[in-house]
Amino acid sequence: MTDALWRRPASELQDLLASKQVSAEELAHAVTERIDATEPTLHAFLSRTGDAAIRHARRVDSARAAGEELPALAGMPVAVKDVICTRGIRTTAGSKMLENYRPPYDATVWERLRDDRCVLVGKTNLDEFAMGSSTENSAFGPSRNPWDTERVPGGSSGGSAVAVAAGHVPFALGSETGGSIRQPASLCGIVGLKTTYGLVSRYGLIAFASSLDQIGPMGRTVRDTAMLLQAIAGHDPRDSTSIPQPTPDYLSALGRPIEGLRFGVVRELMGEATQPGVLDKVREAIGVLEGLGATIEEVSLPSFAYGLDAYYLIAPAECSSNLARYDGTRYGLRVDAPDVETMNKLTREEGFGQEVKRRILLGTYALSSGYYDAWYGQAQKVRTQIVRDFARAFEGVDLLLSPTSPTTAFRIGERVDDPLQMYLSDVCTIPANLAGTPAISVPCGLAPEDGLPVGLQIMANHLEEAELLRAADSFEQAAGFDGSRALS
Amino acid sequence: MTISSDDVRHVARLARLDLTAEEVERFREQLGAVLERAQRIQSLALDDVPPTAHPLELRNVLRPDEVNEHREPGRILEGAPEREGPFFRVPRILEEESS
Repeated sequence: MTDALWRRPASELQDLLASKQVSAEELAHAVTERIDATEPTLHAFLSRTGDAAIRHARRVDSARAAGEELPALAGMPVAVKDVICTRGIRTTAGSKMLENYRPPYDATVWERLRDDRCVLVGKTNLDEFAMGSSTENSAFGPSRNPWDTERVPGGSSGGSAVAVAAGHVPFALGSETGGSIRQPASLCGIVGLKTTYGLVSRYGLIAFASSLDQIGPMGRTVRDTAMLLQAIAGHDPRDSTSIPQPTPDYLSALGRPIEGLRFGVVRELMGEATQPGVLDKVREAIGVLEGLGATIEEVSLPSFAYGLDAYYLIAPAECSSNLARYDGTRYGLRVDAPDVETMNKLTREEGFGQEVKRRILLGTYALSSGYYDAWYGQAQKVRTQIVRDFARAFEGVDLLLSPTSPTTAFRIGERVDDPLQMYLSDVCTIPANLAGTPAISVPCGLAPEDGLPVGLQIMANHLEEAELLRAADSFEQAAGFDGSRALS
Repeated sequence: MTISSDDVRHVARLARLDLTAEEVERFREQLGAVLERAQRIQSLALDDVPPTAHPLELRNVLRPDEVNEHREPGRILEGAPEREGPFFRVPRILEEESS
């Protein structure tokens, strides 16, 4: 008895589709049934494409039957975080402000997947405007972790993480500003990659903090994650921060041995504030890498101790500026009032949830007259220190290691009233966002105290995604994480 | 680090947020807690360190000045809460006497 189609990785499905052993329509039906069965409990999606997905899949099958040359991912089901614009398909950013927004254009990443004839099954839930670490800030209710439905899936790309972990899709797009791909990947026992800033186009990504935002892939395996990266990476003239250089072949890097690769374990991120079971699993993972012939040493990056503080000034500052556009004029919600300023205020009060307001206020404060140098200015200097610490570390080692999240998945409601506790979820992921360097979370076991997934974070130097994926793939092969409980 | 209700009301005005009294009180406490922790960075000796605003060395990106197809303006206006012909319509901005 072979595995149900919806359980299979994209790397296998690709061969089955290409060799016509499985049709895109069969696959679309298989994942639709899987979603129908689990979605009422998990709430991974804010919108589903339903029959349109089936029709799309059928057209791929007709094209294949007619002997057309098809792209590698043709017929592959995919889910997209609902902060990425899809033309004519509702894109809410998890906010009442954009509850009925239908973008007039496609984000570049979705345009590329659409051109590759991927089948969009739905738009996934997230914390409002991608601000949060649990999906509890979604205006449309939280998603639930398939490992334990009383717990959060992490966030902000929690819906995408759930959709992948639970077998709704083999892979999905998420986005990061401070860990929003890696942290939910860690909490849901899947792989999540934050790329070098500028590797993936931000065109059509609803902006939160523009100097930090990046779209990235999430999958159940490193190979699937690399396949999705391959499809979305590369220069885009419509994003002025997109790096103009050719995209490497990420898949060919997989499977090569990592013997001799030098890893540094980040002392500042292995502290006592980390859950003991998380530390245990990360230490075991380090042992596995050593067993593969890698060399391991401890490294210190002192500025990492201040990354969280700098981030929670810089990101809100940029957010307060970016979200000024939601003023009830051009699109989105409007609350009527006799004059324009009252209209703006009532619209924003009504349309934004608590976390978004909190960050707008914090950012406005950090940027306001008399406070700018002490808060925003100082945070930007800490950011320089983090960039320098990374550069210094990468003179001595190839890759850095840490936990992805200091804890496993926490209970729904546990941190909603304590923003600072919620922000601490991002302490290990934030440095890579501030420096614009790539980092991946790969599952490394279940914490003994609660049986929940733990993520190993591997960080690399700018544009070293191929090396990062090679290391993560070798680790995955050697460690053999079993994610089947989320697929039951 | 304490911030006052007036501070919260001041930044709310700047950010065009019409907060309720309960929100002012809640945000005062929560922002105070976040800033209290973040205060740690103010004691770091970073006078000689330049600020980083962005992870890339940003340069102006230019393209040839060529006529391109423009996205249909009609589709863009479709999202507007209120419009009049090819314009976005908003409530009164100026008082009658100054118009």
